[in-house]
Amino acid sequence: MGFSEADLGAIWLTLRLASTVTVLLLLVGTPIAWWLARTSSKWKGPIAAIVALPLVLPPVVLGFYLLIAMGPNGPIGQLTQNLGIGILPFTFWGLVIASVIYSMPFVVQPIQNAIEAIGERPLEVAATLSAGPLDRFFTVVVPLAKPGFITASILGFAHTVGEFGVVLMIGGNIPGKTQVVSVQLYDHVEALQYGQAHWLAGALMLFSFLVLLALYTLFPSASKRTFST
Amino acid sequence: MNTPNAIKVCFKTQYPNFCLDLNLELPGTGITAIFGPSGSGKTTLLRCIAGLQKPQHGELSIEGEIWQDKNSFLPTHKRPLGYVFQEASLFPHLSAKGNLQFAMKRAGKQLSRKDGGVSFDQAVSLLGIESLLEQYPDQLSGGERQRVAIARALLINPRLLLMDEPLAALDQPRKQEILSYLDQLRKELDIPVLYVSHSTDEIARLANHLVILEKGRVVTSGPLQDVLARVDLPVQLGEDAGVVLEAKVVDRDTRWHLARVAFSGGELWVRDHGVAIGSHVRVRVLARDVSLALQAHSDTSIQNVLAGTVAKIAPDTDPAASLVQVTIGESKLVARITQRSLEQLKISVGDALWVQIKSVALV
Repeated sequence: MGFSEADLGAIWLTLRLASTVTVLLLLVGTPIAWWLARTSSKWKGPIAAIVALPLVLPPVVLGFYLLIAMGPNGPIGQLTQNLGIGILPFTFWGLVIASVIYSMPFVVQPIQNAIEAIGERPLEVAATLSAGPLDRFFTVVVPLAKPGFITASILGFAHTVGEFGVVLMIGGNIPGKTQVVSVQLYDHVEALQYGQAHWLAGALMLFSFLVLLALYTLFPSASKRTFST
Repeated sequence: MNTPNAIKVCFKTQYPNFCLDLNLELPGTGITAIFGPSGSGKTTLLRCIAGLQKPQHGELSIEGEIWQDKNSFLPTHKRPLGYVFQEASLFPHLSAKGNLQFAMKRAGKQLSRKDGGVSFDQAVSLLGIESLLEQYPDQLSGGERQRVAIARALLINPRLLLMDEPLAALDQPRKQEILSYLDQLRKELDIPVLYVSHSTDEIARLANHLVILEKGRVVTSGPLQDVLARVDLPVQLGEDAGVVLEAKVVDRDTRWHLARVAFSGGELWVRDHGVAIGSHVRVRVLARDVSLALQAHSDTSIQNVLAGTVAKIAPDTDPAASLVQVTIGESKLVARITQRSLEQLKISVGDALWVQIKSVALV
């Protein structure tokens, strides 16, 4: 039996979606994590809560609000229409945006924890050695927080691969555009195609196991090397 | 770098638990020790000079170059300074060599020093870290890490080196070891150093200039010998009160393992540590080891007896004791004697008497 044409299309789309989302999350999530790790602003609590919201919110709730917001009459929809992009629901980029929001805490929190663990001192030391802010970030923060960045990437990627509720709300089920593995799996089950469903479900199971195995075996050693005193 | 008051510091800032309020002019050469009890603002002063903390009101200039005034505040990474923290602060993801290279790569951004600064080889050999270069910080001992950190601070080619109790976290043998490296550094390099310490041993050995702080204010600031010879300091040094004299080895008595050193005012016998004749040494005479006599005694075990004149008398923190400053030639010694002896011998300012020194330490 094996994967059908549509299954392979869904797997490819899922990988493309998860990779795009992971890259965007690192770009967007890192400054947020940096700010949360170092600020003493009164906004820290509210912002941290908003970032963490997808952890506790049912995905369909988030998907529903995003669908409204990105729809023709929603604020994001109005903006995208004015920019000439059209509206985002039921497109690949609509899925990307929804996934970025949905997976944000899985990326922000490990990076934030890693930056907090570094503390102030290495940055002060680097400053006394003439390293400017960007220099300090790339030569001190990134190497010292590397385990956090790796964990964040793996969790962000894996979590995007596994999402269902948000995707169904925002993306629907358009082959090649928004039909990702989890939705395809749901279709198979709905159509009583259990054999096909087994292949996809097994693949997702194996993938998730390998991701966690990689996380737990490769990186605990890297995270041990903390700042020496 | 030899202008007498090259470093001008004026900070005024209120912190939750104390207020830093000081105005200092410090020499642009040698080691200036900043001494004071904990909580006196020593570290805060150093951090403000480094720009790691921003005082509410501050003016700071080094050799006429303004680092901070009413309108400007140079960020830390633009200040040509080296900073040695109390605990070794090496980057754990870099080897010792990588840590040194981190500084060297960025040293070019600084205004380079007229003498071309310190080379990698010079810094490595000065601190004796040749064999440690490939190691990572977690493979080094505390003392080794601190030596690498000092070499790293030198390699940035600083115009000013700030050291915040660099030996405080080390045990006694490691302290001695690093002290001799620092002593070497003082003799070989022409970088002004601000050295925060609460150890009078370190200060007696290293410092040229001494600033005493208390509760964020300057108690006194002046050449080391002058400050230590004062008997009226509001901050008393207790058992550590005593003077430091610059001297030169003039003779060695191999039979008794003694060396004779000459200072401006007289000569002293000290234990011979194998220092060559002609070398310049520092000797420390603690006030508690100095006694006073109205007549010269020949029937005493004390080897060092000098003639002097009483210059000042002040009470000690201990109600039983007094501090007496005696001039011997151009030098000053301080004796710590009991109030009762002072009364019984009727010692007063201007008296000529004999100074007996029980113990002299080469530092």
